[in-house]
Amino acid sequence: MPYRSPIRHIIAAGAFALSVSGLSICSPAFAQQTVKIGSVLSVTGPASFLGEPEDKTLRMYVEKINAAGGVAGKKIELVIYDDGGDANKARTFATRLIEDDKVVAMVGGSTTGTTMAMIPVFEDAQVPFISLAGAIDVIDPVRKYVFKTPHTDKMACEKIFENLKQRNLTKIAMISGTDGFGASMRAQCVKVAPTYDVEILTEETYGPRDSDMTVQLTKIKGVAGIQAVVNPGFGQGPAIVTRNFAQLGMSATPLYQSHGVASKSFIELAGAAAEGVRLPAAALLVGDKLPDSDPQKKVVVDYKQAYEATTKQPVSTFGGHAYDGLFILVDAMKRADSTDAKKVRDEIEKTKGFVGTGGIVTMSPTDHLGLDLTAFKMLEIKDGDWTLVRPGG
Amino acid sequence: MLARLSQRYGVLIALAAIIALLPLVFPSTYYYRVASLVWVSAFAAIGLNILMGKAGQVSLGHAGFFGIGAYAAAIGPAHLGLPSLAALVVGAGFSALLAYLVGRPILRLRGHYLAIATLGFGALVALVITTESHWTGGPDGMPVAKLSLFGWRAGGSGTWYWIAGGLLLGGAWIAFNLDETPTGRAFRALHDSEIAARVTGIDVNRFKLQAFVIAAVYASLAGSALAMMNGFVNPDQAGFLHSIELVTMVVLGGLGSVVGSIVGAAVLIMLPQFLTVFQEYENLLLGFIIIVSMIFMREGIVPTARRLISRGRA
Repeated sequence: MPYRSPIRHIIAAGAFALSVSGLSICSPAFAQQTVKIGSVLSVTGPASFLGEPEDKTLRMYVEKINAAGGVAGKKIELVIYDDGGDANKARTFATRLIEDDKVVAMVGGSTTGTTMAMIPVFEDAQVPFISLAGAIDVIDPVRKYVFKTPHTDKMACEKIFENLKQRNLTKIAMISGTDGFGASMRAQCVKVAPTYDVEILTEETYGPRDSDMTVQLTKIKGVAGIQAVVNPGFGQGPAIVTRNFAQLGMSATPLYQSHGVASKSFIELAGAAAEGVRLPAAALLVGDKLPDSDPQKKVVVDYKQAYEATTKQPVSTFGGHAYDGLFILVDAMKRADSTDAKKVRDEIEKTKGFVGTGGIVTMSPTDHLGLDLTAFKMLEIKDGDWTLVRPGG
Repeated sequence: MLARLSQRYGVLIALAAIIALLPLVFPSTYYYRVASLVWVSAFAAIGLNILMGKAGQVSLGHAGFFGIGAYAAAIGPAHLGLPSLAALVVGAGFSALLAYLVGRPILRLRGHYLAIATLGFGALVALVITTESHWTGGPDGMPVAKLSLFGWRAGGSGTWYWIAGGLLLGGAWIAFNLDETPTGRAFRALHDSEIAARVTGIDVNRFKLQAFVIAAVYASLAGSALAMMNGFVNPDQAGFLHSIELVTMVVLGGLGSVVGSIVGAAVLIMLPQFLTVFQEYENLLLGFIIIVSMIFMREGIVPTARRLISRGRA
């Protein structure tokens, strides 16, 4: 090795420094007449079934809002980054949105994991963050700048237990996924069960990639006195549980799934075994079956038509969460007649009677979700389609 | 010898200069964040490079140690009332102990068998972290207390940039020094030919185990640093994909090259940030760039560049 070699490293260092500073040149400067809204979504990766419809929904509606003249006299500029479901990446993009893009608000965070990783960034920067993640941890305890639109897993448990109580089924078994969604909802269900006099006699779990749950279900079958089975989970797991459940001849026992499987693909995956399965879900899935008097009917039917016409794909509740988040934010900006982050935050907190795809939202300083149990409809699968269960039924 | 020595210090001084001067060209704190991530990942990659590049042993479960460090920083203050810094030390100690206990049997394996065994180890750590939700918060992760030293709390990307930079400098310095010790030479002998090393009287298993433990401590410290920097941990950090990311940093940058590990980490962290402008083609391009660089720079970026430069000079 020749002696003068450090120079080469210094050159390499210079190149590195240049390449880092080059990042800043890439972000174009925009005129004053736009307002930047940021979003970090899991468009690719294992949570893409959440991020993809969210991404499409945001882009579609921002275009519509801008075509109609924008908000508070300004056009919206949407900045979306894809975190691939990786919390660490999400955190970096959140910093980028705040520091580099200087967004005034954020609608995003597809999963609870990515949302929780991003929360400190928005809290520190005092920028409103409307999350699209499910778990109750996002808004409990209440954080000043963090809101969310999807129903919590706690509400799903309550809705299921409420229905169980009405049917006088109080001794249940629970089988849950060990993924984030399943584990979080399981914990909430265990917590709220006593309030509804529901007794969980036995519990089983399965891994997110397991392909057979007969063992766990056989154990449940062997426990005397089980009146219903509840399955917190999402993805393919619940579909396999449903199939195995029918294969083991347990169909006489009512099976409850969660809002995590509220998409047509669940019915397709579970096939005939899905008949009679009940689950809590947003009105969006049964928009056309809602009575005309339902205030949500117009919103959900319009969203469904717009989404399906633009993307040529069936609507999912996840895209609906992004719709709700975007319009809660835009309404707040209109009311504040400003795009100042702090004023917008205050107005978001004052959201009252907002009709979204997820329900009717009324927020308060102690409630940054603003939905109650009426936001959930109890559905039953009949003839391969969703049907509304009548209250008390 | 003198040339080697001054080269080594030259590199370290250059590295220190980069760390010190980079903030001058940073337009916003976001760049501190990206650079801090590079420093922390580079630190873990340097450790793994000691095992892979110097001692020639593969580990596909290294994120397991990274995860242990990260969760030590989270669990220590939250459940055991330990100060953050003590938790970091405990995490590193635990990683070292675990590496020792696990390494003893599995480092007797070679090639694919070793790869599978380490992969299994990493998967087990991730599984434990995901399942023991009382301690770890389960699959959604848990918050981490901010690092505080004598009443001073480290927050913000700016502060962490300097902490991570200092860590990297220390890590690089140790790795460089290791090269010139009997241990470093034993590692190289082991890498070139295990049988020859054994014949010259090197206790092959002991040195493999040493390299494994050193690499584990590096990963654990990097994990703790990242956890405290983020204020949040989740099981992905201990997962298989993260293990692969670390191995990719080492191989892409150059096996056995300390500077290579830093360059590898820089490329893998910064590239996705550049590529966001390509939207949905981002991952495609990332893969393409990595494949092309592995085809044309088989030894890794830094060794190839070094060879090209010295050839040009000759």
